[in-house]
Amino acid sequence: MINSGDTAWILMSAALVMLMTPGLALFYGGMVRRKNVLSTIMMSFALLALIAILWVLYGYSLTFGPDAGGIIGKLDWIGLRHVGQEASSVYATTVPQLAFMIFQAMFAVITVALWTGGIVERTKFSAFLVLAILWFTFVYCPVAHWVWGHGGWLAKLGFLDFAGGSVVHISAGMSALALALLLRPRKGYKEGEPMEPSNIPMVMIGAALLWFGWFGFNAGSALASGGLASSAFVATNCAAAAAAITWMILGWIYRRPSVLGIATGAVAGLAAVTPGAGFIPPLAGIPIGIVAALICYYCMVLRAKGNIDESLDVWAVHGMGGIWGTFAVGIFASVAVNAAGANGVIHGNPMLLAKQLAGIAAVGAFAFVVTWILGKLVDVTIGLRVKEEEEVVGLDISQHGERAYGGISP
Amino acid sequence: MKKIEAIIRPEKLEPVRSALAEVGVFGITVTEVSGRGRQGGISLQWRAGEYRVEFLPKIKIEAVVLDDDVGKTLNAIVRKARTGEKGDGKIFILPVENAVRVRTGDEGENAI
Repeated sequence: MINSGDTAWILMSAALVMLMTPGLALFYGGMVRRKNVLSTIMMSFALLALIAILWVLYGYSLTFGPDAGGIIGKLDWIGLRHVGQEASSVYATTVPQLAFMIFQAMFAVITVALWTGGIVERTKFSAFLVLAILWFTFVYCPVAHWVWGHGGWLAKLGFLDFAGGSVVHISAGMSALALALLLRPRKGYKEGEPMEPSNIPMVMIGAALLWFGWFGFNAGSALASGGLASSAFVATNCAAAAAAITWMILGWIYRRPSVLGIATGAVAGLAAVTPGAGFIPPLAGIPIGIVAALICYYCMVLRAKGNIDESLDVWAVHGMGGIWGTFAVGIFASVAVNAAGANGVIHGNPMLLAKQLAGIAAVGAFAFVVTWILGKLVDVTIGLRVKEEEEVVGLDISQHGERAYGGISP
Repeated sequence: MKKIEAIIRPEKLEPVRSALAEVGVFGITVTEVSGRGRQGGISLQWRAGEYRVEFLPKIKIEAVVLDDDVGKTLNAIVRKARTGEKGDGKIFILPVENAVRVRTGDEGENAI
């Protein structure tokens, strides 16, 4: 039966998660050079439109439609057939299925947008759009079905991912890494040319919007308003805060407490608490956040030392943050918090950790391999990378015919 | 006539401007520039680790003065722009062939 409180919260949460994608655009846009600010923003914003359409046309059905062998949803719900104002019998049973559907649409949008951080400043826009459509269809929809679909094989295994630590963050992080390796570094990267962030205040606005929207992402994933949503909300805030402070201190130990650092820390904490938000006691968000900052910080250092130009560290922050957080569910989870979950190691059930590891391995490996294949396919047919002179001039001019900061005269 | 081009620390612009006004040099053009001298660049922080920036922000002041005023102009700039540390900047003095005041069409020393 439809519950008006639950419906209000899910619709609100869908709107909150929607705002994360433009937030991500600003977060990423501020970190690239002046000549590529618009192209970086454009990738996220274009997906906000493109994926939203694909989702209602066939993505929702592939992900949440009637199960086919645990692998994918059938196309019975194509074009939102059978998806209406009544509640679904298996998903979010107290809200109209349309509300659940649009809430999930926003997850699909931001997941595709996340990996754009790995390929900024050198990717041809047309090729990117084709790659995004392929990735959405062949990586996002299957993985989301495995974990969240009714009958998905990871769901049946007992693998727990509350709001997308694996579906969103591990898959985006591993995909960004695969694409960065395929694309090779930006021109001048290996020579040590400075890749100076163009606008750190903009990064901060983006991080703040992400943090804000994440309440819809995690607390909304309770799919009802009430106690569990509140618990997930608090866990989310604890992890973001703990990771932000930890990252600030790390920067301070080596040099200074940096704004770019604290913003990155908050996002790392948010990514890490995502899979556990509704399975762990709220204060477990603090250790999850602290450890997330440590892991992500040193993974970023390691990535830079390896001379891999995964430009905005989607792998280090979201991939590794997501892996840690998904693993941590196996440590901290408690059925006292969520009866639909399971107990973890602390509550006497080490088996959950094994299931979490299986899920991490399956999602991580699948995302990396399939993304690499899809990227290669687009590269040999269309060509993923812009011409060298287009890269030198900048993608804002060469791909979009605009510049972010224009004009010599007033 | 000589053109004075002074590259100075950005924070020294206001002291230099007022010292120039005191010696009667009012007409100046100011530009934000980037560059490096013996001082080299600096390291800034990335999210984890740091990156090197080879060029530092400086201010370039341009003024065209009479030959007799070169000494006091240089003196005013050096006195106010100096800290004694690396990165204080440089001053260049160039000969000027002619000058034109756009409003009146006056030429030469009458134009400055």
